[in-house]
Amino acid sequence: MEKQVILKTSHISKYFYEPVKFKALDEVSFEVFDSEFITLIGKSGSGKSTLLYILSTMDTDYEGELFIGNEKITGQKPNYLAAIRNKNIGFVFQFHYLLPEFSCLKNVMIPALKLGKYSHQEIEEQAYQKLELLGIRDQALKPASKLSGGQQQRVAIARALINQPKIIMCDEPTGNLDSKNTGIVLETFQQLSSEFGQTIIAVTHDNDFAKASNRIIEMADGKIIHNL
Amino acid sequence: MKLNVNSEIAYTHLITRKKQTMIAALGVTVGIGIFIFMISLVVGFNRYSDESLFKAASHLRIYQDDILSKPLIAENKMGYTAVIVNPKIANVSNTLINPEKIISDLKKQEDIVTIAPQVSVNLFYNNGTSQINGVASGVNIVEANAMFNIQSTMLAGDVRNLLATPNGILIGVGIAEKLNLQLYDNINITSSIGVVKVMKVEGIFKTSNSNIDLTKSYISLAMSQQLLHQSSSYVTDILVNIKDPNKAPEYAKLLKNLTIYKVEDWQTANEQSMSNKKTRQVMFGSISLAILLVAAFGIYNIINMTIKEKLNDIAILKATGFSGKDVINIFLKESLIMGIIGTSFGLLMAAGLIKFVSGIYIGGDREYFPIGFEPQIFLIGAILGVLITLGAGYIPAVGAAKIDPIEIFRR
Repeated sequence: MEKQVILKTSHISKYFYEPVKFKALDEVSFEVFDSEFITLIGKSGSGKSTLLYILSTMDTDYEGELFIGNEKITGQKPNYLAAIRNKNIGFVFQFHYLLPEFSCLKNVMIPALKLGKYSHQEIEEQAYQKLELLGIRDQALKPASKLSGGQQQRVAIARALINQPKIIMCDEPTGNLDSKNTGIVLETFQQLSSEFGQTIIAVTHDNDFAKASNRIIEMADGKIIHNL
Repeated sequence: MKLNVNSEIAYTHLITRKKQTMIAALGVTVGIGIFIFMISLVVGFNRYSDESLFKAASHLRIYQDDILSKPLIAENKMGYTAVIVNPKIANVSNTLINPEKIISDLKKQEDIVTIAPQVSVNLFYNNGTSQINGVASGVNIVEANAMFNIQSTMLAGDVRNLLATPNGILIGVGIAEKLNLQLYDNINITSSIGVVKVMKVEGIFKTSNSNIDLTKSYISLAMSQQLLHQSSSYVTDILVNIKDPNKAPEYAKLLKNLTIYKVEDWQTANEQSMSNKKTRQVMFGSISLAILLVAAFGIYNIINMTIKEKLNDIAILKATGFSGKDVINIFLKESLIMGIIGTSFGLLMAAGLIKFVSGIYIGGDREYFPIGFEPQIFLIGAILGVLITLGAGYIPAVGAAKIDPIEIFRR
């Protein structure tokens, strides 16, 4: 059975103009298949984060084309892109970035409330399930700012999962965590990919983390140099 | 009921920063409170000055205007230039022709409340050797009282006595003092054409204008016609009051067509006090608007600060699928809530201030400070308060909507 392409880039190039004109991405083309766990690695300045932000639809200033599912994303309006992110993409960042005034539960619920597909009660139930999955159900009602870094990152992963997105994108998800929490997060990703068929694209510096993934894309000077 | 997610975020932002919320709301409270108070002050004072104006003047006055003599040759005839050197006033008499007809026509008009025909007589008040010149208004006292509420200014006597006594006269307190007259004393009057009558003082009035008190008197219509050697159809003015005094200029045009005579509205007759009124309105209006603007800047600052502190949150919201519109919506809701809280307390504050000031004794015929609760002004204040806070929140909210999440994440 041939695997379904879930994300595709075609000749994506990106320039930075400050301080001098600089080609950050150079004709990057690759495909991501359903249920894949992909890591993007490379030295800093290799363009891996820049690529991730383009894949995330947040950065629209590039040349080339981006497809998510079968839909062409390039050239869509910002409000439509926001809706696509809400529905199809989950995010996990290096600095966990939860909304500090809200409880963990609310943080997880907010993207689903925005999507508005389910009732408030159903969303609350789903949020509890996700927190359970990540082993932090007991922290649900605490304010997000009261949790440890590892716990916060797991809340962020739960939030990324809440709308059952096609893809989860991570920017250095373990960059700010100790080895124990890194282990937990890594296990979670492997479980999500193998058991739940979740597609994951992660940018990382951590070689151990990268080795645990299905496929490693290594970048240098805005180009893909290894795609294994 | 569960709030929608934007409202929930806005609400959480506000209650986790109670202090800033309250300070911003307080700014609006003071702004709206002072705004409503100041405008009420102006409206109250204008009403008071109009009222005292209407004690002496009617809304509209119909009279025969002086007409200058005109050349007999039509002015536009070819080859001629018609000129009268030193033209004279051509009126034989300044009476209104067939006043009963005019009055019955006026009575058919819907918005006319009172109509009072009047004859003005220039005369001298004499007592012994002292003499004062002045003007007597020959009126039907019942109608004149309905129009000017003369009874409320009476120090002694009753206006209705003028009906029973044909030679009765109501005089101003200044005349009474100067000529040393008391109620039911006799007074000699001499009209401008030399008719002398002995009158009986049936009342003494005191208006807020000492000049009027020193010259004005009321006598019966018949007596005034006698003083001028005129028939009973002789009427120099017809005074008209309408429902809404502010519509007097429009009515003046209408009545001019109806009666062919000159119709003067009170605004034209009292240009000076009209311009005073406008000056007051502009002065107080601009001061209170300035205060409102300062309050708006308070809201602007707080929202701006909130946004600066919440850059990360905004980036996260955008990354998880909130559009620019949602971000604007969230921050507009925050300023709207602050605006509504601030405005509500502002209304209360204005009510308190008005209540307090309306109890201040100032003397004169008004006795207490002329200020009252004007529902219209409260409504305008409430609407303005909410609109201005929305405007103040909108500018930084649009800025927040334009924040690029990538720039935040890259740091």
